[in-house]
Amino acid sequence: MITSCGNTEQKADSSSSGKKVALTAAGATFPLPYYNLVFKNYTKTQGTLVTYGGIGSGGGIRSLKDRVVDFGATDAFLSDKKAADMPAKVIHIPTCLGAVVVAYNLPGLEEIKLSNELLEAIFMGEITNWSDAKIKAENPGANFPTLDITFVHRSDGSGTTYIFSDYMSKISSKWETEVGRGKSLKWPVGMGAKGNPGVAGTIKQTIGAIGYIGSEYAFAQKIPYAKIKNSSGNFIEPSIESISASANVEIPADTRVMLTNSSDPYAYPISGFTWIILYKEQSYNGRSLAQAEGTVNFLNWLIDKEAQAIAPLVHYAPLPKKAVERAKEILKSTTYSGRPILKQ
Amino acid sequence: MVFSLVSGSIPVFNEYGFKFIFSSAWNPTEGREEYGALSFIAGTVITSIFALIICIPLAFATSLFIGEYFRGKWFAKGLGTMIDLLAGVPSIVYGLWGFYVLRPFIVDLGLSTQGYGIFTSGLILAIMIIPYATSISTEIISMVPNDLKEAAYSLGSTKLEVIFNVIVPTARSGIFASFILAFGRALGETMAITMLIGNTNAIPKGLFDTGNTMASVIANQFGEADGLKLSALIAIGLLLFVITALINAAGKFIIKKFA
Repeated sequence: MITSCGNTEQKADSSSSGKKVALTAAGATFPLPYYNLVFKNYTKTQGTLVTYGGIGSGGGIRSLKDRVVDFGATDAFLSDKKAADMPAKVIHIPTCLGAVVVAYNLPGLEEIKLSNELLEAIFMGEITNWSDAKIKAENPGANFPTLDITFVHRSDGSGTTYIFSDYMSKISSKWETEVGRGKSLKWPVGMGAKGNPGVAGTIKQTIGAIGYIGSEYAFAQKIPYAKIKNSSGNFIEPSIESISASANVEIPADTRVMLTNSSDPYAYPISGFTWIILYKEQSYNGRSLAQAEGTVNFLNWLIDKEAQAIAPLVHYAPLPKKAVERAKEILKSTTYSGRPILKQ
Repeated sequence: MVFSLVSGSIPVFNEYGFKFIFSSAWNPTEGREEYGALSFIAGTVITSIFALIICIPLAFATSLFIGEYFRGKWFAKGLGTMIDLLAGVPSIVYGLWGFYVLRPFIVDLGLSTQGYGIFTSGLILAIMIIPYATSISTEIISMVPNDLKEAAYSLGSTKLEVIFNVIVPTARSGIFASFILAFGRALGETMAITMLIGNTNAIPKGLFDTGNTMASVIANQFGEADGLKLSALIAIGLLLFVITALINAAGKFIIKKFA
């Protein structure tokens, strides 16, 4: 029944517009490996071309604000202040869960554990050498070299930085008062590199480096990453399961929630949703109904089973059921000239 | 261009006044925003001057070699072609070479633990600008009239005396102009520097400390900047423009004065 409805709708689309819809989007680099794969898949199966530019979360928000894309993508939800700056009401659709890993380059050390105290001390610049007694105390048996720690962070504005600094602010009051959370920060120590690929490459090339990157970049380039102590005191490795577990919390109706430092005992603590943002009212700038329907239908497909099943292939966790329900509700609220776009 | 730079940087100068130029604070965190350009000005000027200091003797010697000592010989011609080719290599290639070859080499030498920073960037800048300075200087040196040189030789001058008493004074303004041009290029260089300087938004404490330059911070942060931060970045662009213009003007003045 549902499929037949979808079919007639698609037929109506193509007959009314006469040509195929093409969607443009831009934003976060953090979910880029997933988006690349899943968008291509949609083009192949449904025939709608979806192009995505990985220009960073900030760029995604600005592109949507300037109305040069059909939807934007961001890893940091719009604050109330930022949302008020947008020309119209913007809605958030979570698309998958990802983790930010603390990757390092210490030859011969395949596994290290970092407690919250160590994270604070290293990233605030209080511990500057890998041979520090505090690091050894947390990792008995591991042979740390006497080597300066080089902290590599992002030099551009980034949602990955937002997730990382949000976690740091939750576990360290010193970090919260001196650095805070944001897409770009005033770093106490370290050096910058551009984009997730830039940070990953710099860590890989620099012995003694440590930094934070989207998990897929560490997996793909085989850069080792640390186990992080979560709020229940367990050292957790980032995996599909441990990332999914972080979403076992109350998800608000607008899905704007940071999942860092989750209370779930098996959750990897530096996890988060990544969102697609679009205007609730799709009739603007002379957009056609077909374009609006194409956008919303695509997003409806993206949060559904078929697309979500692709996420684990590139090490992102699929949305939990509760989040999918919330996202569907939000998509149903989209309108074109006041009329709902999604047919029930 | 000047108009759009000036109008874009008005908000930040309204907010901070001239303190913007002399403050090294750079905090883009929402709610704690504070912007100052000094650390980027320092990074730009230090790397460029460092590059120029390395560039001058090398470029001068090479251009004398090609333009005077071995003028017209196949060896000099080959070398000249190679240097011209170097001038055409895109800066990203220099950046990659610096990242994968030069930086590990500096770590191996034990000069620095991670290899990023002012020294590495200055060195790569020097390598990038040497071809420019050499190429132009060679042209100028080989344009020195033969009559003058022959006259000097006929009076019994040695080769060294000819070079320092005839060629250099005649070609002085042109050689000087080539260095000004090279310096201007060093100031605005972006890609290679971004990859090697470490992008730390603070005044570098030493030759091996990381820092950031004006062009590099603009390239890194322009994409997602808005509001006051966008204005601060445009203002840095304006300052870079002013510095480059000042140096060119100073160069012209010196050329006029001494040539």
